[in-house]
Amino acid sequence: MSQVSETTGAPTARSTMQISDTNVAIEVIGMHKWYADFHVLRDINLKVMEGERIVIAGPSGSGKSTLIRCINRLEEHQEGQIIVNGTELTADLKRIDEVRREVGMVFQHFNLFPHLTILQNLTLAPIWVRGIPKAEAEATAMHYLERVKIPEQANKFPGQLSGGQQQRVAIARSLCMQPRIMLFDEPTSALDPEMVKEVLEVMISLAEDGMTMLCVTHEMGFARQVANRVIFMDQGQIIEQNEPEAFFSNPQHERTKLFLSQILH
Amino acid sequence: MTDIGFVRADMVDAKPAPNRTSGAIAWAQKNLFATPLDGVLTVLGVVFLLWIVPPLYNFFIGHAVGPSGTVEECRMENAGACWAYISSEMEFFIYGFYDIPQQWRPNIVFALGAALLIPLLIPKVPFKRTNAVLFLFAYPVVSYFLLAGGVFGLMPIPTEKWGGLLVTLIISVVGITLSFPLGIILALGRQSKMPVIKTLCIGFIELVRAVPLISVLFMASIMLPLFMPQGMTIDKFLRALVGVTLFTSAYMAEVVRGGLQAIPRGQYEAGASLGLSYWQRMYFIILPQALKHVIPGIVNSFIALFKDTSLVYIVGMKDLLEAVKTKNDTALEWQSANTATTGYLFAAMVFWVFCFSMSRYSIFMERRLNTGYKR
Repeated sequence: MSQVSETTGAPTARSTMQISDTNVAIEVIGMHKWYADFHVLRDINLKVMEGERIVIAGPSGSGKSTLIRCINRLEEHQEGQIIVNGTELTADLKRIDEVRREVGMVFQHFNLFPHLTILQNLTLAPIWVRGIPKAEAEATAMHYLERVKIPEQANKFPGQLSGGQQQRVAIARSLCMQPRIMLFDEPTSALDPEMVKEVLEVMISLAEDGMTMLCVTHEMGFARQVANRVIFMDQGQIIEQNEPEAFFSNPQHERTKLFLSQILH
Repeated sequence: MTDIGFVRADMVDAKPAPNRTSGAIAWAQKNLFATPLDGVLTVLGVVFLLWIVPPLYNFFIGHAVGPSGTVEECRMENAGACWAYISSEMEFFIYGFYDIPQQWRPNIVFALGAALLIPLLIPKVPFKRTNAVLFLFAYPVVSYFLLAGGVFGLMPIPTEKWGGLLVTLIISVVGITLSFPLGIILALGRQSKMPVIKTLCIGFIELVRAVPLISVLFMASIMLPLFMPQGMTIDKFLRALVGVTLFTSAYMAEVVRGGLQAIPRGQYEAGASLGLSYWQRMYFIILPQALKHVIPGIVNSFIALFKDTSLVYIVGMKDLLEAVKTKNDTALEWQSANTATTGYLFAAMVFWVFCFSMSRYSIFMERRLNTGYKR
């Protein structure tokens, strides 16, 4: 198991992406988490370099969502360290806000603000967190809406959009904060099959731009195409991690083999 | 192939139309006499109306003594409502014992309040922010000095003399505008992760909700002075105001909490993940949605507060209802069989007008805020 893998050199999108050798984006050291008496995350060690694209896979209840939710402190960890962009996450609210400003998150259920228009959804945080003037924030928002290919929806409310469109808006909303890291928590699991592709395309283009990404997803095609590392979790632990090629063709751990045999038909 | 093809062989002749389904007769048939039971109920209903409406009409209008009538007319046998008494007592009902030559002062306060409140309530009128600041901060100060006097050569008028509708409106407007934000803060406090704040909020809410308003007011008027240093007094009116406000805010807090609980956790998390601070999350994301859910409950509390203002008689304030009950000289002059009843009816109508307006306005607001985004 290599800690940080190099690009494979295969003629995929991956070859164009740069991974930093020196700049660590996220470092998790000996981290444990409990829900009351239940030990959800056990001894997690993970180092993510800038520009890395990591897919986290595993059966449900394995703690993969909890892990990425710990990275922007939506969940608290009880033991060990989590360091994001050089800032260690502690109970200190200032530090938490500092980390959250630089870490975008996309949720399974989009979590758009239903009482605000799409444009307001996108400009709220840039205006109030970053202090960007409204006109400038709106220009940025329109730029990202164009990037996710729905500029014409700017003045609608989230409820008027399809699931795929809402998820693309959610991605654009995170991008408007110009984060250094993007976390994806099963971004396509709540979508109709027809809409999965449009969301994955946005995520792939984001990866091509060199965004550091952590994705919890069951889209193994996406993992093969974009990820430079796949992490497999079970029972709150990292069981196996490898380059996608090796991970899919030659899994080592029994649990990984079983998992892959069940999801790849 | 032949099974699918079709050619009409016989033409269909015109038939008479079915029974009429519109018009008065059809409507009555459908809604009043659809079944024998319906017919019986309709007849009973008509009989009830015939029994109840004429006497009511006679009391309120037919045999009533108009606003310009005299005491003698009111005392006549068969006389209905004594509206003349209301019109001669109107000043007392509105201002209480407020000095008559000075009544232009409450009038300005009323006019100013309407001028500031009405544009605030109409969504289309611009300058909402300025308007709100004027109404919430400038208006109370101006009103206080206008009513109480003692500055700019205005004759001082102690709050003991204030009364009638003036008092009812002051208490309810102040109570509503203060208890609303206070209730929101208490509701947020109750959900706080900080144990001290949480305990304080729960303690306050549960204590106040467990006690009748009448005893809160009673405590405020009898007990509070006992804890005060010698010689220091707090105005009775102020005590009533504080009592009513705190009381309503506890109820408001629980209503708002209901709304907060209806907001999915994802909304809090989305706000947090964007780096918004706690107060920004609450102000921009959570409260706008939560409060919209509980508009009916909020207005319920407002209406309850408006009607509960009549309990301030406990501390000796003369609100509208108390003013109607008061047997002052005019009331004694106008004594007749129906004088008191007419007074109460008048008070009821005034209360109804205000409460009904609030209720209608809340329905209007609910419709306006419904952007149809429910999922």
